[in-house]
Amino acid sequence: MSFDAERPYRLNPKVALRPEPFGALAYHFGNRRLTFLKTARMVEVVRALEHHPSARAALRSLAVPEREWPQYERALAALAESEVIDGRE
Amino acid sequence: MAASERLVEHFKTGLSAPICLTWELTYACNLACVHCLSSSGRRDPRELDTDEAKRVIDELQAMQVFYVNVGGGEPTVRPDFFELLDYAVGHDVGVKFSTNGVRIDRAVAHRIAAMDYVDVQVSIDGVDAASNDHVRGAGSFATARRAMDNLAEAGFAGFKISVVMTRHNVDQLDALKALADDYRAQLRITRLRPSGRGADTWDELHPTQEQQRQIYFWLLDRPDVLTGDSFFHLSALGAPLPGLNLCGAGRVVCLIDPVGDVYACPFVLHDRFKAGNVREAGGFTRVWRESALFTELREPASAGACSSCGMYDACQGGCMAAKFFTGLPLDGPDPECVFGHGERALAGVGAEERPSPGPGHSRGPVFVELTRRHE
Ligand code: SF4
Ligand code: SF4
Repeated sequence: MSFDAERPYRLNPKVALRPEPFGALAYHFGNRRLTFLKTARMVEVVRALEHHPSARAALRSLAVPEREWPQYERALAALAESEVIDGRE
Repeated sequence: MAASERLVEHFKTGLSAPICLTWELTYACNLACVHCLSSSGRRDPRELDTDEAKRVIDELQAMQVFYVNVGGGEPTVRPDFFELLDYAVGHDVGVKFSTNGVRIDRAVAHRIAAMDYVDVQVSIDGVDAASNDHVRGAGSFATARRAMDNLAEAGFAGFKISVVMTRHNVDQLDALKALADDYRAQLRITRLRPSGRGADTWDELHPTQEQQRQIYFWLLDRPDVLTGDSFFHLSALGAPLPGLNLCGAGRVVCLIDPVGDVYACPFVLHDRFKAGNVREAGGFTRVWRESALFTELREPASAGACSSCGMYDACQGGCMAAKFFTGLPLDGPDPECVFGHGERALAGVGAEERPSPGPGHSRGPVFVELTRRHE
């Protein structure tokens, strides 16, 4: 299922985040893949997902300027693709 | 891409914990491969015991080191090997272990096939007994094949078959890939470095310039073949190979050896690159984050004699271990520089100028008869 910013997401329970100077390293214990969250802001967004009714609501809650939403949504879509985040009900 | 360039810059200045940590559990080994990077053979009486090894795993869990590459020696000959494997997996530290196959009988194969977060890598160095045993010793090919048969029969999907590329097996690349495909395994090829006993055999075994090109073009067509990013010096030939194109020693890579010494990378078992020991106060965490050596390795490196090379961004001057053990300056070309600068530099290095890796843990002189082989 493709990413939809109006839907709710969460950090995949099989993924652990390790804080790093640039942001965080995400490790998926199932497929053993490493992904890099390249900014501290992106890490905050990913951690906020589960507390909000949609990905966009998470962006809004962190006061991410609306003109930057497309780039965050592209990044989140890539994270959904690599199973770092997944949809929740 | 700006973002990933920035990321590589961060890798150079170091991470909170390694990404690619190798942990050699023992120097004991049933084989005596002529290129063994750790000169293994005999167990060292100072090796970490079971409890000490578990404390290291606790630390790795706390540092969020999500997986380790376990090797040796032959790690499976440790009587507590499975105990440690279970302990690691139970503490969120996945394990990929390298083995020559000696202990992978049917029961063991079933046991590890049933474990999550455990991956196995069986080493061979040729596609048949003749070419493999030439480097790894009589009977070693049969041992490895039996292990692969057992893993496949146990339903272990996607185990790795790992091959160090030498002058004698470059022409076998297609056959090695076919062998891996037959087992539904993944082929992994890595670069031979002049480390450990490899220091004595590198001159005769390392691929020729022509073969380096052969490896490069073969890899470009096969992004699914794993390499541990070990051939990045070949990226100077054109399009970069996939992976991190930089020497990660002390930055993203390091080694914990069987006695707990921490080195910048598995291929530099030498005092010059020893950062500390996990038994010291502060443990591995302190060595990784604060040791003088690792701090030094995370400083911007000078390109030295490579600075006039247009491909420096792709190749970064190659492998530190390869330079060090062939006696070349660390801030200059790799001995296998694709433009031949390394070979020219090597011509000026006398044998006595090469740092000795020492006898290591070899059981005795390893008699090498490589020159007898015609190819
Ligand atoms: S020294 Fe060589 S083998 Fe070690 S991390 Fe650097 S490039 Fe890799
Ligand atoms: S001169 Fe240095 S940077 Fe250029 S290809 Fe050779 S080793 Fe690499």
